[in-house]
Amino acid sequence: MNRKLTVLSLAAGIAMAISATSAFAAKYDAGASDTEVKVGNIVPYSGPASAYGQIGKAISAYFKGVNANGGINGRQITIISLDDGYSPPKTVEQARKLVEQERVLFLAATLGTPTNSAIHAYMNKKKVPHLFVNTGAHKWGDPTGNPWTMGLQPDYQVEGKIYAAHILANNPNAKIAILYQNDDYGKDYVKGMEDGLGDKKGMIVAKASYETTDPTVSNQMATLKGSGADTFFNVTTPKWAAQAIKGAAELGWKPTHYLNSVSSSVGSVMVPAGAENGIGVISSNYFKDPADPAWANDAGFIAYKAWMEKNMPGENIAEGFFTSGYIHAAAIEKTIQQAGDDLTRKNIMKQAASLDFGNGMLLPGVKFKTSATDFFPIENKQLMRWNGKSWELFGDVLGPK
Amino acid sequence: MKLRIQYAIVLGVIAVILPWLLSDFRVFQLNLMLVYAIAILGLNLLTGYGGQISLGHGAFYAIGAYTAAVLMDKAAFSAYATLPIAALVCLVSGVLMGFPALRLSGHYLALATFALAMAVPQLLKYKGIEDYTGGVQGIVLDKPQPLFEFEFLGKALSEDRWMYYLVLIVTVLMFWLAHNLVNGRIGRAIVAIRDQPIAAGALGVNLTAVKTITFGVSAAYTGVAGALGAIAVSYVAPDSFHTFLSISFLVGAVVGGLGTIPGALFGAAFIQFVPNVADEISKSAPWAVYGAILLALVYVAPGGVMGMINKLKRGDSK
Amino acid sequence: MDGFLLQVFSGLANGSIYAAVGLALVMIYQSTHHINFAQGEMATFSTFICWWLIDSGMSYWLAFFLTVGVAFIGGVVVQRVFIRPVERKPVLINVIVFVALLVIFNAMSGWIFDHTLKAFDSPFPVRSAVLPEYISGHQLGSLGVTLAVLLVIYLFFRFTPIGLAMRGAAQNPDSASLVGIRVTWMLALGWGLASAIGAVAGMMMAPIMFLDPNMMAGILLYGFAAALLGGIDNPWGAVAGGFIVGVLENLLGAYVIGSDLKLTVALVLIVGTLTLKPNGLFGQKVVTRV
Repeated sequence: MNRKLTVLSLAAGIAMAISATSAFAAKYDAGASDTEVKVGNIVPYSGPASAYGQIGKAISAYFKGVNANGGINGRQITIISLDDGYSPPKTVEQARKLVEQERVLFLAATLGTPTNSAIHAYMNKKKVPHLFVNTGAHKWGDPTGNPWTMGLQPDYQVEGKIYAAHILANNPNAKIAILYQNDDYGKDYVKGMEDGLGDKKGMIVAKASYETTDPTVSNQMATLKGSGADTFFNVTTPKWAAQAIKGAAELGWKPTHYLNSVSSSVGSVMVPAGAENGIGVISSNYFKDPADPAWANDAGFIAYKAWMEKNMPGENIAEGFFTSGYIHAAAIEKTIQQAGDDLTRKNIMKQAASLDFGNGMLLPGVKFKTSATDFFPIENKQLMRWNGKSWELFGDVLGPK
Repeated sequence: MKLRIQYAIVLGVIAVILPWLLSDFRVFQLNLMLVYAIAILGLNLLTGYGGQISLGHGAFYAIGAYTAAVLMDKAAFSAYATLPIAALVCLVSGVLMGFPALRLSGHYLALATFALAMAVPQLLKYKGIEDYTGGVQGIVLDKPQPLFEFEFLGKALSEDRWMYYLVLIVTVLMFWLAHNLVNGRIGRAIVAIRDQPIAAGALGVNLTAVKTITFGVSAAYTGVAGALGAIAVSYVAPDSFHTFLSISFLVGAVVGGLGTIPGALFGAAFIQFVPNVADEISKSAPWAVYGAILLALVYVAPGGVMGMINKLKRGDSK
Repeated sequence: MDGFLLQVFSGLANGSIYAAVGLALVMIYQSTHHINFAQGEMATFSTFICWWLIDSGMSYWLAFFLTVGVAFIGGVVVQRVFIRPVERKPVLINVIVFVALLVIFNAMSGWIFDHTLKAFDSPFPVRSAVLPEYISGHQLGSLGVTLAVLLVIYLFFRFTPIGLAMRGAAQNPDSASLVGIRVTWMLALGWGLASAIGAVAGMMMAPIMFLDPNMMAGILLYGFAAALLGGIDNPWGAVAGGFIVGVLENLLGAYVIGSDLKLTVALVLIVGTLTLKPNGLFGQKVVTRV
């Protein structure tokens, strides 16, 4: 009798022990295992937006480095980065390939507004996290409608409003001319400025658009100068931003010049445009421009430089797109780290919505913060002014604390 | 003759069973391939048979796509009903383009159609029609749902498989129509105009009518393809219709074999799958690989895949 | 009036770029009766080579002429290796070969020189000696260079025996070879010259447009239009066509339709012009024997 009880209690004990460990055992969805986490990424490596492909390059390099140091929680991170040539039908194909064929755990840092719009509904229907989309469009921070999608960078409309507020505060009788790229990104900024001006929208006296197939914007600049405006909102991507800054100087036009943050790169815009031509230009940013001498002795930048030299040897340290990739990669790393051994898609999403960290390349005062109701990770920006050599930050860090 | 029918039956059976042997994702890719085949067939009617070069067929693809998208989004049309309307709208656009094309030939026509390919994406972004077209944001569509449930070989009748049968039926129909057109009186007139325009005119062929109708029919084909493509991808935006799309159609037409109908399938397979293959071969310069494969094919088989097949067939029958 | 003149001069400046590309296309056409769609990408690649030479320490003009030489040789090589196999084949086969070259050169530019935007030096003074309020020093300089190239081409085709031989080889290859002209080498020469002209165009536009692999993507249509509107076999026409396209683009964008529908207007203009004058504004009527 006693022996039977012993055996039974032993068996029960073992059974309880087994079920206890399985309660703490790792949970995996497709793409995750004891040894690996697969993450998908789609950027334009070819086509008209191929410059942005460098962001994907940086992300891949980041995780190569992470893996060399043992990975995250003992797992190697495999980044599968595909090219969509900035063509939405191709983005759909690549997203389906990543989710259905490569079976990644989630997608991150996919680039472009129309391209992400094309896969927005699909990702939410399939319940696959669609994280840190690399565009500033307003619609990605929608936890109720699209709970599986999240942006990263401050939204373009908010930035437009910031400049509008600055104009109203400093030059309430300004006459504003706007040059904008004729796509979602350009129109988002314009909307932000118009909304920010409110019933003073009439301050905008001239608007001119351009296509990415336009060789130059010289005729748009001539038109805008001719409108008699004294304030200029420059909503262009790097190539045309440099042309516009140079063009304004050549035309002898010296308006108060607001430049969108997308093109605030020292290396790709301010220097090619002619450093003196841009003196006085106002812009904003959320991260430290690696080509800006202001950060030369900053601890965060020094660490970044070392990272670049180790993981992207021979590449251009001044290239801001690599910094953007670095920050997106850091967010991905943090999310996976926080998820621990619960690598289900649901938990990945939960962790993405509970981030609160800083990063050496973010501007002082700018934080990466999300919550269940706040799907806008970075909302802080600071205004800055070009002095011919570097960007001088001024004013407070704007946005939520 | 009997051999032909046997081939057709085998092909038919394969076509019907195929989606059940492949994953949803592969079926999706197959759908896109068939859609491109219809577009390329349209271009081939104009360029291969008609001898009129077009670098702008992406424009008709876009018009067809947006016709379908706007009707589905704003007028609650079902996906199926948009197809004939897309065909009609593009027929008219094609004829309209065909009139000035009458006076142009060779490089001049290439320029005019290239300008068309560049103008259409910008036009689609125009704020005047933004309320209908969604402007730069584009239009998100719902895929047509299967009308009944079905399972076979362990797989369910998914949206993709349902879409496949729609695309397959339309493809077969379009190919059959093209076959009849090309082998009929109009087809002979089209080819006559291509090879000896002056003689054809002298023999009473109405050059104006035949040439403009060819443009129209060619555009209609590509327009139907555009509509199907929009539904398959479930999204349209101006960025989807860049100039390289027009060039890809031309590449597909030549690679498949100009002046042949089955060639369109091979051409479509090329433009759909070779970029993916190139990506696997070289991560850093995939398009260089694509270009190299294209060059190799053109040197080895200037008559396209169909040209090669015909050559082999002739070799066999010696 | 001031604004108008500004638009006109800026249009002329842009126009000189279109004219240069148009010239390269005409050069290829005059020697081969084909239009090389890869012209833009080959020019961009050459410009990258120049950038690399300057970046490695070479002086501007040395790098410039060295690049022109390299581009010339490159053009000849491309013709001998890639175009010769399809020389006698139908037009569309040639078009596909051009498309393949376009794609390959674009990919090579991106792969070898990366996609970061690069600044490119201008050899001309910043301030123009003439009309400095309307035109910059570089714009004046590139205008001058374009006209110089045009003059050289004109003289070459008109007055040199090789130029004559090239035109003969293009117009009537069979008769030309009967009189002892080595037709295939004439074609190669044509390609070399066109490639060299394209390189010059690229080096003139890079200071304004900044250098990246897609620099020429938008230009092709305008260069194409310049060449054709001016009459595809007429170098003067290409230059005139380029200026007309440049100025019209600016004036229409500024005063008529705004920038939103510029390409549609361009389309209508091109189709309209060609409908009225199917051989271009200055082209010769082509008469075929029945």
